[in-house]
Amino acid sequence: MASCVVTTSSFCTVSDSSIRLKSSKLVHLQRRRSLGSRGGLKVEAYYGLKTPPYPLDALEPYMSQRTLEVHWGKHHRGYVDNLNKQLGKDDKLYGYTMEELIKATYNNGNPLPEFNNAAQVYNHDFFWESMQPGGGDMPQKGVLEQIEKDFGSFTNFREKFTNAALTQFGSGWVWLVLKREERRLEVVKTSNAINPLVWDDIVCERVSLIFSCYKVMFPLDHMYFCCCCLQPIISLDVWEHSYYIDYKNERGKYINTFLNHLVSWNAAMSRMARAEAFVNLGEPNIPIA
Amino acid sequence: MMMTTTSSFLWSCSLLPSQGPNRQTQWKRHEKVLSFSLSCSPKSTVKFYMNGALVSRQLSRKVAVSGVVRAGFELKPPPYPLDALEPHMSRETLDYHWGKHHKTYVENLNKQILGTDLDGLSLEEVVLLSYNRGNMLPVFNNAAQAWNHEFFWESIQPGGGGKPSGDLLRLIERDFGSFDDFVERFKAAASSNFGSGWTWLAYKANRLDVANAVNPLPKEEDKKLVIVKTPNAVNPLVWDYSPLLTIDTWEHAYYLDFENRRVEYINTFMEKLVSWETVSTRLESAMARAVQREQEGTDTEDEENPDDEEPEVYLDDASEEVD
Repeated sequence: MASCVVTTSSFCTVSDSSIRLKSSKLVHLQRRRSLGSRGGLKVEAYYGLKTPPYPLDALEPYMSQRTLEVHWGKHHRGYVDNLNKQLGKDDKLYGYTMEELIKATYNNGNPLPEFNNAAQVYNHDFFWESMQPGGGDMPQKGVLEQIEKDFGSFTNFREKFTNAALTQFGSGWVWLVLKREERRLEVVKTSNAINPLVWDDIVCERVSLIFSCYKVMFPLDHMYFCCCCLQPIISLDVWEHSYYIDYKNERGKYINTFLNHLVSWNAAMSRMARAEAFVNLGEPNIPIA
Repeated sequence: MMMTTTSSFLWSCSLLPSQGPNRQTQWKRHEKVLSFSLSCSPKSTVKFYMNGALVSRQLSRKVAVSGVVRAGFELKPPPYPLDALEPHMSRETLDYHWGKHHKTYVENLNKQILGTDLDGLSLEEVVLLSYNRGNMLPVFNNAAQAWNHEFFWESIQPGGGGKPSGDLLRLIERDFGSFDDFVERFKAAASSNFGSGWTWLAYKANRLDVANAVNPLPKEEDKKLVIVKTPNAVNPLVWDYSPLLTIDTWEHAYYLDFENRRVEYINTFMEKLVSWETVSTRLESAMARAVQREQEGTDTEDEENPDDEEPEVYLDDASEEVD
């Protein structure tokens, strides 16, 4: 069972980064128990702190190294550490992948204490990968086509995204998601630690029922859990800690900089490609001979 | 970044009961008066829901006789210079927190209420009305944040910290065991408030605003001090508590000075910034208000009796007697 945890969750995380990134370091730890061989020290860690796929100063001058150091090195690390502490208390939540853990601890709107930490770990992992040095600009081909189809124009998408980020009161996140049922892209904003994965069961009851039967038949095959009804494509952290050092109160400037210089459309492309395995976006273009 | 008062005519009316030492003079309506015949009545009664009960409050709406341009709420500066709280809260923090965040809330609030029904009410009234039993109207966030920040600046002072005394200390010790226990619980609440929000010490002396909900054995112990933590812009006014002290745990309040170290910020707040005199004064007015409301409750009951009319009885024939 322990090895299962490693393979399935690494499967999910590796698939995100394998397509385009070379330097992402997976610090994923297996559950270990040292039984007295290290002087009685018991080390248990369930989730690891994944480093961003670029050095901490690579996003200068748009996101300073100091921001990365504090945001990733303190906030994100704190969430991982606290999550591990919580999971170490008992075995109830052992064996879940990250997405499963988030949905389980969300508990359909009555979240368990582990939810905040688990969701924030996922959110931050996703966020670092949504950015790249030399990012911004416009998306290419498939992603651009889909954006233009669903928002009218790229400018309109930018406007919607910016507006959502500005009007998210308090702490939260803004996401570009691909909706499975409606087969379209949409901008959603969430508060505090919530992310679009948690709306899976509510929106796609029918689907998850089918898949839960699938799980009974093929218990070791966790692949279906990567199929969420709202597939996140890009995210932006609008908690104040993500922009206060660089921009202080000017959230609008931060959002513009993100869209102009930081957002990784490559990441968006690979995520869309993965999402299209589960969402039928349209007929393929079969050339007529 | 101090706001300069303009030369226009300032008028103030004491509306809802005060919530602090300077409340009568706060939230002056900044009005340009074209004619000098202003009246501060008529009173209108507004009913809204609070704490599950229907509450009716007398609102005194400023009605000018002619040509008054309402300019909305003003951004009141903190009762100390912006660098007075160094090194515990830097001048830069005050510059941004008060000069940008708080200011933006006030400006946006004014833009939102200009020309609407809420224009002309006091800030507290706007907060209570726009809370709308949890289904907040768009103006709530700005109004509540304006109120909260104003309350926050007055809760701290240069050379603050230490211990309270008198009634406040007595009540703290009664309700929390000891002052140290209270401080620990307050700090724990503030550090565990996930996301953006506020943590409050409040005086809870509610009674339902229903005629027959009278406590037959009213005791002082029923009125308690409580620690509440609220998300985003919510404050305990909406639950009919009397706030006494608050700490802002939105990240913008401590990020410039402490980055992610919220616990250190809370410790500094409790040890070096909190103004126990202000809290004591607020407690006094809260207690007085609670007593006054209790008396009002009993007074209205007595007053109603002489006004009771004989119930009308219709008889077919006045001379007929019932067997």
